[in-house]
Amino acid sequence: MEDKIIKQISLFAENKPGRLAHIADSFREAGINIRAFTIAEAGDFGIIRMVVDKPDAAHNVLHDSGFTVSETDVLGIGMEDVPGGLGMIADVLGKQDINIDYAYAFVTKTEKALLILRVNDIEAAIGILMDSNLELIDMSDIQEI
Amino acid sequence: MIEYWNPLVERMPLDELEVIQEKKLKDLVKYVYQHSEFYKERFDDFGVKPEDIKSLDDLKKLPFTYKSDLRDTYPTGMFCVPNEQLVRFHVSSGTTGKPTVVGYTQNDIDVWTTSLARAMTSIGVGRGDIMQIGYGYGLFTGGLGAHYGAEEVGATVLPTSSGNTDRQIELIQDLGSTVIACTPSYFLFMNEVSDGLGISIKDDTTLRVGIFGAEPWSEEMRTRIEESTGIKAYDIYGTSELSGPLFTECHCQNGIHIWADQFLIEIIDPETGEQLTEGERGELVITTLAKEALPLIRYRIGDITVISKEVCKCGRTHPRIMRVLGRADDMLIVRGINVFPGQVESVLMQIPEVGEHFMILVDRLNELDIMKVQIEMTDEAFSDKVNDIIKLEQKVASDLKHVLNIAVKVELVEKGTIPRSMGKAKKVIDNRSL
Repeated sequence: MEDKIIKQISLFAENKPGRLAHIADSFREAGINIRAFTIAEAGDFGIIRMVVDKPDAAHNVLHDSGFTVSETDVLGIGMEDVPGGLGMIADVLGKQDINIDYAYAFVTKTEKALLILRVNDIEAAIGILMDSNLELIDMSDIQEI
Repeated sequence: MIEYWNPLVERMPLDELEVIQEKKLKDLVKYVYQHSEFYKERFDDFGVKPEDIKSLDDLKKLPFTYKSDLRDTYPTGMFCVPNEQLVRFHVSSGTTGKPTVVGYTQNDIDVWTTSLARAMTSIGVGRGDIMQIGYGYGLFTGGLGAHYGAEEVGATVLPTSSGNTDRQIELIQDLGSTVIACTPSYFLFMNEVSDGLGISIKDDTTLRVGIFGAEPWSEEMRTRIEESTGIKAYDIYGTSELSGPLFTECHCQNGIHIWADQFLIEIIDPETGEQLTEGERGELVITTLAKEALPLIRYRIGDITVISKEVCKCGRTHPRIMRVLGRADDMLIVRGINVFPGQVESVLMQIPEVGEHFMILVDRLNELDIMKVQIEMTDEAFSDKVNDIIKLEQKVASDLKHVLNIAVKVELVEKGTIPRSMGKAKKVIDNRSL
């Protein structure tokens, strides 16, 4: 079950010019590839969340550049890139009382969509999703996308 | 380890100390009247003669002196001795105005050194200790003052002065410093830098005592420092006009001992100038009983505190002043309400998610004062949920409002954004043009 957990990098950033460029530059130097990325913006600050191919390295790079950064456990679910894909997942989890804290999605090279989810009970969610025959992505899949 | 530097004096009953004070006060007023044109004029204008001072109770008949007097008579207009009797000058940084000059005779240096020797002994610092002095050396009194005191008690001095933080940490490790003396802000910065280098002050160094001063700091900050670095943190008090850093808390950490045979303290109502009684909060006024070059009569140092004359658990009989939250000069008036940066610090340090560094910004927008407090968050406190961060900002704002009685905008900024200081930290930016 452990191996179905994806390490997402989350960092606190003030909403001011140049912050994103700074992060992107340090990743380029460290050879880290971003697979999925989103910013939750709240006025003066934002939380940047991303799934990368080398989460531990990314954490170190960002920490050493002085960012407040954490690794957060999230789930990655492969979805057919067709209407109704997202609704089904939300439905399965909702029925079992699992709350989605946040979610974001992106489309991969293989014509599948990948949904990243943070839920209130990750272990339970993994069980439910596997029982529903949904495709959970792990870290090695992330590296190959 | 010795317990007292001068047990006879430090444990002398207060009434006997008061006999000494009375005699020294009578001598002092004669001395200044005779040797300083400034004091003679001040006394004459005030209608008081040295002979009018017959007892300690007559102290209240004497006029106050102010920091502005030192500025008005810049550089040496208040001195009681000719320059050839001086062995040293110090010049204040002028953080709150024009600089002031203080001169010392050899005896003044000795009194200063003795005061600190007693203080350092009271916190268990002495022979066998390696004291790293991270206060600035030079015109500022912090470095040299602590240096002389430390040598007097037989400690080994490591005179690093301030700055060059990586080197400071390297020396703490390589030479095994056991005591550090610097501003609390600088020690926090050192701790941050050493964390970044993968060195834990608590686990990887032999530091056991910190002597922190030159800026106000709160009890809550003490708790933070002691818990995160494993040292005992002591407050040191003084000001350049009185010689420099002079007094500390003893190991009981319950107020700063003011040596009564050398200094006479009162608490007054800052508005009326009337003396207040023991235990009442008011403005501290100090008379120097042993200084020769620049004696100060009823000096309005500007700190708000409380005096306790109760014998301390350590056995010392000299009166104590309780923690000073801020000098009157540091006080902000925001929408008519008095705010000390120390109050803000004390609130912030009680919230574990908030880091040690903060900045107060005051602006005026459409005739209304706006106070903003910038904070950083500790790494451990970071949750990647937006709501948690907004809740933290709201909690800080509400706690500040509760204590200060004014609305404060709280802004969480990125780690490292708030300027770090190697000396006295600037904690307020007041953009109002009043």
